[in-house]
Amino acid sequence: MKFLVCISNVPDTTTKITFTPDNKELNKAGVQFVINPWDEYALTRAIELKEQLGGSVTVLNVGEADTEPNIRKALAIGADDAIRVNAKPTDAFFVAQQIAAVAKDGGYDVILMGKESIDYNGFQVHGMVGELLGIPTVAPAMKLDMSGNTATLEREIEGGKEIVEVQTPFVVSCQEPMCEPRIPNMRGIMTARTKPLKVVEATGQGAATQVTEYALPPKKQGVKLIDAENAGDLIRLLRNEAKVI
Amino acid sequence: MSVLVVVECDKGEVKKSSLEVASYGAQVAQALGTTATAIAVGEASEASLASLGEQGISKVLYDNEARLKEFVNGAYTKLIAAAAEQEQAQVIVLANSNIGTSVGSRLAVRLQASLATNVVELPRVEGGNFIVKRGAYSGKAFSDVVLLNDRKIIAVKKNSIEALHNAGQTAQVQSFSAQLADTDFADAPKQVIMQEQTGGVPLPEADKVVSGGRGMKGPENWHLIEDLAKALGAATACSKPVSDVDWRPHHEHVGQTGITVSPNLYIACGISGAIQHLAGVNSSKVIVVINKDPEAPFFKAADYGIVGDVFDVLPKLTQAVKELG
Repeated sequence: MKFLVCISNVPDTTTKITFTPDNKELNKAGVQFVINPWDEYALTRAIELKEQLGGSVTVLNVGEADTEPNIRKALAIGADDAIRVNAKPTDAFFVAQQIAAVAKDGGYDVILMGKESIDYNGFQVHGMVGELLGIPTVAPAMKLDMSGNTATLEREIEGGKEIVEVQTPFVVSCQEPMCEPRIPNMRGIMTARTKPLKVVEATGQGAATQVTEYALPPKKQGVKLIDAENAGDLIRLLRNEAKVI
Repeated sequence: MSVLVVVECDKGEVKKSSLEVASYGAQVAQALGTTATAIAVGEASEASLASLGEQGISKVLYDNEARLKEFVNGAYTKLIAAAAEQEQAQVIVLANSNIGTSVGSRLAVRLQASLATNVVELPRVEGGNFIVKRGAYSGKAFSDVVLLNDRKIIAVKKNSIEALHNAGQTAQVQSFSAQLADTDFADAPKQVIMQEQTGGVPLPEADKVVSGGRGMKGPENWHLIEDLAKALGAATACSKPVSDVDWRPHHEHVGQTGITVSPNLYIACGISGAIQHLAGVNSSKVIVVINKDPEAPFFKAADYGIVGDVFDVLPKLTQAVKELG
């Protein structure tokens, strides 16, 4: 079974987001970049399934050279080899085209990724990859088990879940509680240095969307404190002042 | 040219988030000088579809095929693509739900459209550019995005715009078929399992949310959260540490790596307000924080606060709601 795991390089979840003075890009000063937390579920589950069924795990990133430390980290966690498409990930459609091209070329059986990246929050790439390849996408999945070429998944829908069965090849986007994401151990870190990391150039068309400006949410007016002894006053304020109940 | 709105239905009713989507689509259509048609998916009744006229929809297409009652990504995509072709839709509007975005991303490729998800405002046209504002960085920021292709698909975040209610207006309901094949049902569910909802509404659809953190000290104390939620008709939620230790199921986890919610009212009980949690809730209209630590960072993001013990405060709040009726 050949697994392709797509990872993106995002600011750590604790990052206080600020932008460049023209508000056109993230201010990267002092920002720690990590593997997108949702993608960690995809990576670990692929490694677990490889250990169970045999095969290989290839990790794929669309990004410039500064993403390589996190690609190496994915190799240290247990992926066998890596591909970096040397391009700025301008939008979901651009990235999806790169993934689809690599997937087609490599004949992968299962293409995994997180349900969305925590920077762009698109929830788009998996569906686009599935459509470009003409194969099913199951998104977002909370569980993925495989038996031969058949996968059984739990897909989250609003207020519940669906049990879905699909045949390889397919695309799956992952979220908790699919597995316990692994962290690299010392042996993994040592072996990751010599695992193959291939760099390829981008293909396909350009982006379908373009970000023109970023903005921070408006600041709150300040908190109105209510005495704990008269907690019931809060409810009256919510009814009469805030008008939300 | 027209606007096509994708309306999700459940148990015969149009979902609340889809009423907002329909209203959004109707306003886009008006700005473009055209009309808005809806394509309904899920289990719908003719009466509820006709009442979409109140949201400004003139015509509703519905395929009564039994296998479309549950979400199937492949089949829904083909159905909506066929409706978009028939209606020559230039703009397609859907909900920023798991269903809406799963279908929207496939449609974008199939129809060569530009897609924006997580959209929070009506679009604007500036210098010939079609621009939407959307949430980014997991609730920590917004971005303006130009949709470059002729066709545009917009997934509207829940609670971002008011639903229209033009009483008495009705939409014309037409049956519609996309000639679906068995291969379109490759990802059809074998089984659908719905969760029990405390407030009777799923968390992503909820208008009011009562949420608990580690300050609740253990799952045995959750009845305090549930009592207030029931009294308010709210859904219950929790912070990441709480779902990590299995006090509550993961689908209640709100935050950067859980569900992002945008209710009218979010009441946080015993949650300190880590930046990852704030990211998941800061588009709520009104935030109430109850915490015994006056230095809890959550108070900085709150509209109302009570510095006090949740075990003492929560029963008083529940009582006050009941008295208010």
